[in-house]
Amino acid sequence: MDNQGPVWEVFVQKKAGQPFVHCGSLHAFDKEMALQNARDLYTRRSEGMSLWVVPSNAITASSPEDQGPFFESANDKVYRHPTFYQIPDAIGHM
Amino acid sequence: METINFENVFEGKLAKNEMVEPKDWMPENYRKHLIRQISQHAHSEIVGMLPEGNWITRAPSLRSKIVLLAKVQDEGGHGLYLYTAAETLGISRDELLDNLHTGKAKYSSIFNYPTLTWADIGAVGWLVDGAAIMNQVMLQRASYGPYARAMVRICKEESFHQRQGFEVMTRLAFGTSEQKEMAQDALNRWWYPTMMMFGPPDAESPNSENAMKWRIKRETNDQLRQKFVNQTVPQVEYLGLTVPDAHLKWNEEKKGYDFSEPNWAEFKQILSGNGPCNKERLAARNKAHHEGEWVRAAAMAYAKKKNEIYEAA
Repeated sequence: MDNQGPVWEVFVQKKAGQPFVHCGSLHAFDKEMALQNARDLYTRRSEGMSLWVVPSNAITASSPEDQGPFFESANDKVYRHPTFYQIPDAIGHM
Repeated sequence: METINFENVFEGKLAKNEMVEPKDWMPENYRKHLIRQISQHAHSEIVGMLPEGNWITRAPSLRSKIVLLAKVQDEGGHGLYLYTAAETLGISRDELLDNLHTGKAKYSSIFNYPTLTWADIGAVGWLVDGAAIMNQVMLQRASYGPYARAMVRICKEESFHQRQGFEVMTRLAFGTSEQKEMAQDALNRWWYPTMMMFGPPDAESPNSENAMKWRIKRETNDQLRQKFVNQTVPQVEYLGLTVPDAHLKWNEEKKGYDFSEPNWAEFKQILSGNGPCNKERLAARNKAHHEGEWVRAAAMAYAKKKNEIYEAA
């Protein structure tokens, strides 16, 4: 049987200390090949200094239909934001 | 419990200029349209490597050779970005490639023309990539997230392609009279095929209406073609070359050029498989795929074996 190998998701870190950002996906037969392909495909112009490759089927994603109820509980908790609190003018920036 | 009307959610996203993502509900025709468009786009990148690859071994200097190699490698990369974007719509890579290899799927008509001289490499980068950029800049705002994001990457990489092509044209156009003639000859042969890249006139374009409605495209074929002519004519004048169109004329009223349409009968001929290089291109892709079969089989066997050792340990 002929095929292209499993799909991997690629995450690139641009500079040290920055978060890894998803940049796309690719096919590869194993981890090493996935890393090498990711380098050749997504960092041809020095777009990154570090790479993660993750088998796509290892990712579980929240579903768009549940977006409302799933994230709703954060919506009515304004007291989690600093602007909810009043600080006397005399204190200045806090 | 409130029921969700998926169609309304989808339409709402389009109306608000929000992106549709792979897991979102989408109409079946939208999915089909995208698979067709994105896979055609991917195939065009891959087949597009062939006419330029033709000149890698004959590039006139080491500099032009490494530049051309890098450009052709980019095209391969662009094809891969687009294949993975198409795969998010539920079609497999094997299926996509099979559709190309059997001739079931189309790719841009432009790549069925031959690259006869080194000037053609200049003309392809300058005109063909120039036209592609015009289309792709628009597609960066396409409504389907993975497609739009692939376009952003591609556009970033594409501008070097056009500039290197124009550089080749500049050298020839300002070179010896023979070189200039070569540049003019390439322009003569590539001008109308490039015009065709934007697709048939709006009135005869079967897919345009849906593409606009679904915000996959935001400008029509004719609008893009006009924009391309307006942008390119001054560049032709700079080179001291002549657009092979006796009817080309500035129209002050529309602030754009009037120009002749390409030969649409020729376009249809090429799309139906009868262009100068259709058979050669398809044969080259099939050959590459089949000759790579043992490599994929070996890589898969190796991965499987290593996995067994890992699991046994």
